[in-house]
This record gives sequence, C-alpha cells and structure tokens, in this order.
Amino acid sequence: MMSGGKREAKYGFLFASPWLLGFTIFMLYPLVASIYFSFCDYSVLKSPIYIGLDNYKALWGDEVFWIALKNTLMYSVIALPAGMATAIILAMLLNAKVKGMTVYRTIFFIPSLVPQVSLAVLWMFVLDGEHGILNPLLNKVLNIFHLSGPNWMTDPNWSKPALVLMSVWGVGNAMLIYLAGLQDVPAQLIEASELDGANGWQKTRHVTLPMISPVILFNGIMGIIGTLQVFTVPYIMFPNGQPVRSTYFYTEYLYDNAFRYHKMGYASAMGWIMFVMILGLTFVSVKMSEKHVHYQGS
Amino acid sequence: MNKQQAHTAQRILVQVALVVLSAIFLVPFLWLLTTALKPIKETMTVPIQWIPSKLMWGNFKDAVTAGHETVGYYPFLVYFRNTVVLCVLIVAGTVASNALVAYSFARLRWPGRDFAFSVTIATMMIPFPVLMVPTFALFRHLDWIGTYRPLWVPAWFGSAFSIFLLRQFFMTIPFELSEAAKIDGASEWRIFRSIVLPLSKAALAVVALFAFMGAWNDFLGPLIYLLDQKTFTLSLGLQFYQSQNGGTQWNLLMAASTIIIAPVIILFFFTQRLFIQGIAITGLKG
Repeated sequence: MMSGGKREAKYGFLFASPWLLGFTIFMLYPLVASIYFSFCDYSVLKSPIYIGLDNYKALWGDEVFWIALKNTLMYSVIALPAGMATAIILAMLLNAKVKGMTVYRTIFFIPSLVPQVSLAVLWMFVLDGEHGILNPLLNKVLNIFHLSGPNWMTDPNWSKPALVLMSVWGVGNAMLIYLAGLQDVPAQLIEASELDGANGWQKTRHVTLPMISPVILFNGIMGIIGTLQVFTVPYIMFPNGQPVRSTYFYTEYLYDNAFRYHKMGYASAMGWIMFVMILGLTFVSVKMSEKHVHYQGS
Repeated sequence: MNKQQAHTAQRILVQVALVVLSAIFLVPFLWLLTTALKPIKETMTVPIQWIPSKLMWGNFKDAVTAGHETVGYYPFLVYFRNTVVLCVLIVAGTVASNALVAYSFARLRWPGRDFAFSVTIATMMIPFPVLMVPTFALFRHLDWIGTYRPLWVPAWFGSAFSIFLLRQFFMTIPFELSEAAKIDGASEWRIFRSIVLPLSKAALAVVALFAFMGAWNDFLGPLIYLLDQKTFTLSLGLQFYQSQNGGTQWNLLMAASTIIIAPVIILFFFTQRLFIQGIAITGLKG
C-alpha cells in the first residue's frame, strides 16, 4: 500500500507541475519581486537601486495619486451597488416564470459579451453630445420636466456616471450567477412563507435574499476586485482621464508610471497599495456579512 | 382583489417590466447596427435619423480595408489573423494544462495538496496590476517584448479559475471507475485520457470557451507587450484606429466594432447551455 501511495503522490506532483511552476513563476515571483521593486528606484533599463520608503513617501505627497485613488473609490462606490441591484432585480424578474424567459435572459446577457474595446467605441457614440442616441431618447422624458440630458463625455460631473451606466449594461454575467442561485432556493420555503401570509416584499426580504446571500457576498467581493482595477474602457473613452482628470483611474496612473514615465518602482508601490486595499476590503466584507450570510446546512 | 387576480396582475407587471428593460438593453445594439450601415452624412444629422436612407454594406468592406494605402497591407485582416493565432495557442494551452492540474487536485492524493489548492483559490484575489511590473521585467529579460510569447506562454501553466472549474467537475465522476481501471492495470495517464477526459467534454468546452473570450477581449496584455502595428490584435487595432480617426468616421468604427463583436455573439448562440452552466458553476464557490 505504501508504494501505491507514493506512486500516486509522484503522479500527483507530475500532473500538477505545470501549475506549480506557473504559480511560482507568474504569481509568487512577481508578487515578491514587486515588494522589492516598490522600495527601489527602477526604470527597467537599469538595475533597481534600493531607496527605502521613498516611493511610498512620494506617493503620499503626490496629488495625482490621490485624485486617481479618489476617482476609483467613487466609481466603485457607485458602480458596485448599481450593478448588484440591477443584476439581482433582473434575475428575480427572470425567475418569475413568465413566458419567453430564455429570450429575455439572452437579451440581458449579451451586452456582457461585448469586448471592452468595442464597448468603449460603441458607447462613445451612444453618449456623444451632438450625434449620440442617449440624450435624444432621454430628452423625450426629461423635456417634460424642462430638463435635458447632460454632456456625458465632456462634463466632469457626468463622466463617471456614464461609465457606471455602461457597467450596468454589462451586468449579464452576475445576473446569471444570481439566477442560478435563485433557482436553487427550495420551492417549499417560498410556499411555506406564503402560507404564513408573507407578501411579495416580505418573501424577498426574509426568504429569497437570505437564501442567496452567499452568492451576493461572492459577487460583491468579485465586484470590489473588478471595479478597483477599472482600466480599458476609461483608457479608450477618456484619454488622459479627461474631462479635468475626472476619469483618471488608479490602474491608469499605475500603467502610466510604469510604461510612460518608466517609474517601475513607483508603479510597484502603487500595485502593493492596491493589493493591500483589496485584501482589507475583502476581509471587512466577509466580517461584516458574517451575521447576514446564511449558508445552507450550517 | 382576490388572490388569483393579484397573482395575474403581478404576472402582467413582470411581463411589462421585462419588455421595457429588454428594449432599453437592445438600444445600443440597434444603434451599432444602423450606424454601421449608414452613409457618413447620416451619422451627423440632427435630429437623429434611425433608418439609413440606403444600406451601405460597403462600410464593412471599407472598415476592413481601411489603412491599406498608408501601410501597404490590410491592417484589419492582419489583426484578425494575429488574434486567431493567439486565441488558438491560448485555448489549447489553457485546456491542456488545467485539465492535468485539475485532475491532480481532484483525483490524486499527494502531500500538501489541499494547502496548495487553498493557495490556488486565494490567487484569484491578486490584482493583475500588482504583478504587472515584475512580469514585464521578466519577459524583457527573456527578450520576449514585441513577441506573442508573453501573451500565450503563461496560458500553458494553468490558471486558478480554470483549475477550480475543472476540479469541481472531475470530483463528480465516480471514483469506482478509476479504482476498477487501476485493478485492471491502467496507468494514471490512461485513466486520465480514457476515462476522465471523455466524461468531461462539457466542462472542458466551458474552460475553452472562457479562455477564448478572454483572449479575444484582452486589451491590456497586447497594449503592454506588442510594439509593432503589424503584430496588433483586433482589440488593440480598433483602439489604434479609433485614436487616429476618433470622432469622425463613426459608421466605419461601428462596422469594425460589429465585426469584432459578432463572432463572440455567434459563438454564444451555438453554446448557450454550456455558457450558462459554466457561469452558474462560478457562483457555486459562494
């Protein structure tokens, strides 16, 4: 038996070896190296020179860093709840067992398939102040109240909401995850609450949402990690974070530092600050949700 | 209103909400298609002209051939070929490597396996920007900048998400099948090839599908590693074209976007069930 176990272990390592190597080379090494680089003056062209905490000190006093961080956090704080609420509402509507569910599901899902670059290019023209389609449609409603649509692309107050709107359009992936969660909620639970006289809202609040709370937590954490890294769409739609740096995001500044200004050490420090932020926010979300997340069978 | 009526009213409300929301979700696509088929003048009219006066199918041809005069080749076709080559290399690598690794995690016992798996799952939280600089430095050291290698070689070394997805699936295959084959003297490789893989076609297809989508969509990777316009991918090429001619030829831009979006949507229609199952498994982690 011993030799059988050893043989199995040998094959175990052998089969896992691509990832054991890949993890070491493409995850562990860069993660550790970027801590080291973050304490260095490093331009890639020359070897890194150790400068202690200078990068972090410089970041503390770097106005652009704070603008990018603030923009990113503001974007996350709006985009994350907006996306989650939309995804949950769409999933609940789809779960209501009406006719044509598969057609609606397809329509809501397809925008999430659109490649990021195409998404940016398409929405630049949807949002365009002069020739775009969004404002003429919006104005049909807004004109009743003597209002008109904002300049999404050029008004710094509306550039972030424009990006949020686009992210909500692409919420199909999360919607499918919620839908799968909803379909797993036992029908008896819903029926039991109906017998107890619960109305629609009470059923949602006290039965359905608690039952899918693990899925909400999972999507929430993935959403935090995703929105904090927002890059491609604003990079293409709003070059240099225009208007007035209102769409200059964290990852863009990091990218610019690394590949435009060749301040690789500085960029590494930014990377680590981001990683620590993600770890912290994930920890806080898990802790805060402990009382509210309901795991079946525990 | 009795209970039955309330139920009917609720159904109608849901149905109306679904129709209205669907219309809203579809507007950008309609805009994309009608603009792609308009003569240039009609993309600039106030008020908006929804229906082109004549359908300019030639826009698609113009979008594909644009830039030919300046560079002497058809950039769009070259980008398309580059993207397809990359997609093939990435999909093949992702399926091959992750199937092996997931088999090891799901069906073989070795010391430290469970710890290694927890670490693997945890790596999904590492944001790419924190790895970006050392990874670039590594590839620069290998003299790979400007080649496709930084984009496809890592795909052959496994990725946490695919390992997780395949492992979940491999664990549902009865272990008695492996035991029986072992008694008959089959090697691990044979069990993997002849028993587990043939039973896992759906899961492997899901992983391939997601890998394809990732490769087709990727922008940041090509942006960092590709230098020569001739090596660009479709995503990078579209951005390049947009930044050169931005805000002018909307009809051609929309035609080019349509051509880039279409394969993904067509693929989705052929593989809907796989797609939806695959995404549902993603949420299982919970």
